[in-house]
Amino acid sequence: MEKLIHGFFFANGMISVVALLGIFALLIFTSIPAFQEINVWSFLFGSVWNPTSYVEEQYGIVPMLVSTLIVTVGALLIAIPLGVGTAAYLSDVASRRVREIAKPIVEILAGIPSVVLGFLGIVLVGPLLAKIFHTHNGLNAINGAVLLAVMALPTIVSISEDALSSVPSSYEQASLALGASKWQTVIRVKVPAALSGIIAACMLGMGRAIGETMTVLMATGCAPAMPESILGPVRTLTSSIAIELGEVAYNTTHYYALFALGLVLFIITFFVNMASDIILHKYEQVNR
Amino acid sequence: MKRFLILSLFVAFLMCATSVYAEDMIQIKGSDTLINLVQALAEEYMAQNPGKYIAVTGGGSGTGIAALINGKCDIANASRQMKAKEVEQASKNGVKVKRVVVAMDGLSVITNGNNSVNQLTVDEIGRIFRGEVTNWSEVGGPNMSITLYGRQSNSGTFVFFQESVLKGDYSQKMNRMNGNAQIVEAVKQDQSGIGYVGVGYVKDASGINVLKVASMAGAAYANPLSEADVKSGKYPISRPLNQYINGTPTGEVKAFLEFELSPQGQKEVEKQGFFQLPGEYVEYNSKAGL
Repeated sequence: MEKLIHGFFFANGMISVVALLGIFALLIFTSIPAFQEINVWSFLFGSVWNPTSYVEEQYGIVPMLVSTLIVTVGALLIAIPLGVGTAAYLSDVASRRVREIAKPIVEILAGIPSVVLGFLGIVLVGPLLAKIFHTHNGLNAINGAVLLAVMALPTIVSISEDALSSVPSSYEQASLALGASKWQTVIRVKVPAALSGIIAACMLGMGRAIGETMTVLMATGCAPAMPESILGPVRTLTSSIAIELGEVAYNTTHYYALFALGLVLFIITFFVNMASDIILHKYEQVNR
Repeated sequence: MKRFLILSLFVAFLMCATSVYAEDMIQIKGSDTLINLVQALAEEYMAQNPGKYIAVTGGGSGTGIAALINGKCDIANASRQMKAKEVEQASKNGVKVKRVVVAMDGLSVITNGNNSVNQLTVDEIGRIFRGEVTNWSEVGGPNMSITLYGRQSNSGTFVFFQESVLKGDYSQKMNRMNGNAQIVEAVKQDQSGIGYVGVGYVKDASGINVLKVASMAGAAYANPLSEADVKSGKYPISRPLNQYINGTPTGEVKAFLEFELSPQGQKEVEKQGFFQLPGEYVEYNSKAGL
């Protein structure tokens, strides 16, 4: 029996690893044909993406990389302070009753379908931003960032709150006993003690923001040009794949190029995860 | 007990699933320009023929055509014509492509209601969307930069407009919207905006200008809202709206196509803001066996 259970869990673990390797292999093998036609250099450093051009097909991903970066960083700039602040409030300031009502409500945010958020971006957030910034329209990078921040919030709040709550209460008591105020205790003792959990929360939120497709597709204007400012339209890697995969003819250079985009996205998220892992390890060593 | 319950639920689900498919369900996919029209036609058809089911989904002409090529739908709505490459690909998959024309569209170029520009030539529109003209003052409007609204590359309207007006590449700065309705909405809100949509989407819209268009400088300006101008081709960016099917139509598909082309179906076409077929396309369809 013991062996059976052991085997079961081992198999589960292996399935995840095999799935990951399988996806990676698939992306690589379906990307390779693209590079028989496209110069790798012009793919990675080209600034024009126009596979359905009337004149000359071009496959440069730089504008999309920049767009993805702008939207993701923007979302994190909004979501991290808000999320960690909310988490600190929920774990240390709010009464038990408030916490028990507020936390599930924040988590319900995660259940809003992305297409609904995209719609809100078109009819509500976008026009509002246009008014605030006096631009012609609200379909821009900030609109995307705000909506993605809303999507990343529940993850960041929920996991940060768990991390803060699981800081041993002796830390808090010791700090208060030394005469620190409640505010000092939260900022100087509890947040640093829970930092590994908070960083993990932010990384998960970032993963959500990078990979999100529908909302950015609807709310950011999707112009393929290099973004000129955060008030201009942007087109992320994910929305390009989503838009073009529907209509592309199978087994053409354009088709394979879209898989190459997927590969790029995969590698980015891989490095984000690896970087967060390294940061966490360093942090744990310092604190030991 | 519990297992039995789950099993019976599963069986019941399977039966439901197969019973729906056992009915004569027609799958229609494609053009965003056509979706409202075909949906309305399908609803009327279903109301008159209980027990018949038609599923209409959008996704753009490119998506519908790709689905037809891969055998994933019965009818592909397309606001452009299939390219030779696509027809070839279809026949490789054993799909014998046939084209049916269901309505006429005057592809409408729209600006914000507060913009004083209300007529342009095809050449001017082309230069605007290619990104060569970037300020309204260059075409007789206010001193204000132009914001472009167009469609995604899976859209038939995107391709048609590119081939018949631009004859070149769209400006990379053009906002790529997901549908006709979204373009109308955006131009309504944006003083500097210009966009292009099927005429069915502008008929009742307020807050926008529907531009009169001339085929070249010096030629007469024509209105996409005028049936005569569109049918005669005096309006320079008018186009037939197509449906593609596999082989000579039979059975349910044929019945539905016949309904679309019947006087009642064509009246619905008009109600949705598009135009009835002119004689040449009625003739074209009859050659296809309808």
